[in-house]
Amino acid sequence: MKFGTEIVTLGLFAFLALVAAGFGVDEPFRQHMWVLFFVLLGFVVVLLRNTSFVPAASVDPSAYMDGPIRYGAIATMFWGVVGMLVGVVIALQLAYPDLNIEPWFNFGRLRSLHTSGVVFAFGGNALICTSMYVVQRTSRARLFGGNLAWFVFWGYQLFIVMAATGYLLGITESREYAEPEWYVDIWLTIVWVAYLVLFLGTILKRKEPHIYVANWFYLSFIVTIAMLHLINNLSMPASLLGSKSYSAFSGVQDALTQWWYGHNAVGFFLTAGFLGMMYYFVPKQANRPVYSYRLSIIHFWAIIFLYIWAGPHHLHYTALPDWAQTLGMVFSIMLWMPSWGGMINGLMTLSGAWDKLRTDPIIRMMVMAIAFYGMSTFEGPMMSIKAVNSLSHYTDWTIGHVHSGALGWVGMISFGAIYYMVPKLWNREQLYSLRLVTWHFWLATLGIVVYAAVMWVSGIMQGLMWREYDKQGFLVYSFAETVAAMHPYYVMRAVGGAMYLAGAVIMTWNITMTILGYQREEEPMPASIPALQPAQ
Amino acid sequence: MSDEHIDEVSGISTTGHEWDGIRELNNPLPRWWVITFYITIVWAIGYTIAYPAWPMLTSATKGVLGYSSRDDVNNELAAAEIAKAKYAAAIQSKTVSEIAGDDALREFAVAAGSAAYKVNCVQCHASDAQGSKGFPNLNDDDWLWGGTAEQIQQTITHGIRFASVPGTRLSEMPAFGEIITRDQVAQVSTYVASLSGPVQDAKLVEPGAKVFAENCVACHGDNAKGNKELGAPDLTDAIWLYGSNETAIAAQVRAPKHGVMPAWVERLGETKVKELAVYIHSLGGGE
Repeated sequence: MKFGTEIVTLGLFAFLALVAAGFGVDEPFRQHMWVLFFVLLGFVVVLLRNTSFVPAASVDPSAYMDGPIRYGAIATMFWGVVGMLVGVVIALQLAYPDLNIEPWFNFGRLRSLHTSGVVFAFGGNALICTSMYVVQRTSRARLFGGNLAWFVFWGYQLFIVMAATGYLLGITESREYAEPEWYVDIWLTIVWVAYLVLFLGTILKRKEPHIYVANWFYLSFIVTIAMLHLINNLSMPASLLGSKSYSAFSGVQDALTQWWYGHNAVGFFLTAGFLGMMYYFVPKQANRPVYSYRLSIIHFWAIIFLYIWAGPHHLHYTALPDWAQTLGMVFSIMLWMPSWGGMINGLMTLSGAWDKLRTDPIIRMMVMAIAFYGMSTFEGPMMSIKAVNSLSHYTDWTIGHVHSGALGWVGMISFGAIYYMVPKLWNREQLYSLRLVTWHFWLATLGIVVYAAVMWVSGIMQGLMWREYDKQGFLVYSFAETVAAMHPYYVMRAVGGAMYLAGAVIMTWNITMTILGYQREEEPMPASIPALQPAQ
Repeated sequence: MSDEHIDEVSGISTTGHEWDGIRELNNPLPRWWVITFYITIVWAIGYTIAYPAWPMLTSATKGVLGYSSRDDVNNELAAAEIAKAKYAAAIQSKTVSEIAGDDALREFAVAAGSAAYKVNCVQCHASDAQGSKGFPNLNDDDWLWGGTAEQIQQTITHGIRFASVPGTRLSEMPAFGEIITRDQVAQVSTYVASLSGPVQDAKLVEPGAKVFAENCVACHGDNAKGNKELGAPDLTDAIWLYGSNETAIAAQVRAPKHGVMPAWVERLGETKVKELAVYIHSLGGGE
């Protein structure tokens, strides 16, 4: 490969970044452009060093394109550990405020680094690489568009780096889960459209007569995220050489736009996308057919139709008109069963293979993921009920709910998928160690249980303290007293998060050794226990 | 690949499709799932009839129950006001001493004052009213400006050294670093420290007493017990606003720090200030 065009284009953009670093109108923007310049320069140097004038071997058009998927699996683990580590750090900052290191590492900046890091860097890479893996195999077609998949992979990493460094420099639109400024948003739009073309193109050239259910979910995730991202980020930059922009929306309309985006980021990124993952990797790992085709169709369309309306439940008892609050709530309630359709299909797929729970820690991980999925998709509609919400809103209960979904469902199903994919992608017989997967499973599960339980207790306590009136009708607690009461729970929460992080570190070790081709010498996992024999 | 296929384990037919080895069973929708789904839909329709829900051209449907969250909160606030009205009127018309002397009124005023304290006062005096360096503890019986309910009310109403307000408590201790010598500062600081505890250099106590008699008694009194008219603290007890050792006292003698507290009456109104005064007075040190 000569990479001629790539080197020239990247060099040109690096030069433009350098110009922007010189002429930027505000200091953070200039710093950010320096970051961009050095990143692009790094890309150019790597490409120059890999330039080879030997004619490239022709690509077998019938073979699957797994290069970007291998990189994606590694990137998923890397960003996962980074994002979770930042999560543990900010959990400790809440418990011990002295850990706020000004200005780059204070809670305000690290918090969006954590949310974007785990949702978009870890979750996003997991979705992109598994979707490329699944769409090729269930369509029996090579990824569409030649090197487009490489562009999507590296373009997405560039987005992550620009978003993350921007947060640390204090550049933010302060829109929940959409903090990057306008120029990073534009870049993500380009990458995302390329991803849509890549995915849709591969589906269009499929050799199977039907589109597999996992691909419906992946496609709905890609299309909806494109729409959400575009509308939520409509804004006017104050200067084309500056890091500040003004949103097209204001007031309660802006609040609703943000939660329309925020809620559907949960719905289509963290639910639909990962259901796609479940629909491929669970049947493959269990080696069983999907439980019900009809259920998959009905619950897919029901989720797609209902989820998009549920956003206003984040704005109960605010300036949002009552009618919008009502609709947000009733659509959330109706969403309960469609969400559970995915849980039923996932769990029932294991019927006839339940014994594998004992012998296969990867299946165990996937089952735990589906169990947490079921739990949080029940908890969500429940919390959307206005009476419940008046207690839970603004408290740590919400944080606990999000994490039982994120750590339990999103994290565990991604871990399962990567444990499944990695030996196949690198042609290894099996993982380096199944025993380490068991360790990971227990650390992660106990970590989530500690985290979620602690947040339930502290969140409900917080909500009750805020609304505690004495018999004369006066509030009993000052805000500072409720904060002080949270301290022990904040410490325990950090412990739960650290356990989960420890599991991810063990996984990274396991995956690394698998990729390097090692096999751990260990007692094999117990095989299925033979049926009991009557006593002689 | 649309051939009929029966799954061996379950005995159920599949849809006939196969993707990368994955088949799909032809199971029906679980009955309980369908029924629950229908129930949520019916409930949702009912709820949207009962409550404001569907957007129309210029406004939205109001719902047959006529619910409005704004009316709801207004009604609740009005009900709370009515419940308090009797007490509020009494507090307005009585002096703080009278309020403190009436059991029912005092109980109400303490609850109201406590709630107001938690919003307005904790930032400086802390949520347990313990104060911190430079911010007086309100639980003890050591008062700079007097600890009767009336004096506390006066302090809260007009503030301390809050220059823009007439009636605020103004007096300040001069910076003695410009009046007496460095040696004298050391002597008088040691003397003052000796009134409440052991000192490092006992030789300085005697000359310090002389400096004190010449410069300090006008405000702090012959016996150093202070003067609440002037906000001059009692120097003989173990309670110190800016530190109790010779170094901290010397710093206060040379160039004293003077705390400032806002005048609260304009912001909170007279009734609330009275309630706060009764509450602070009730904390344990009220005179």
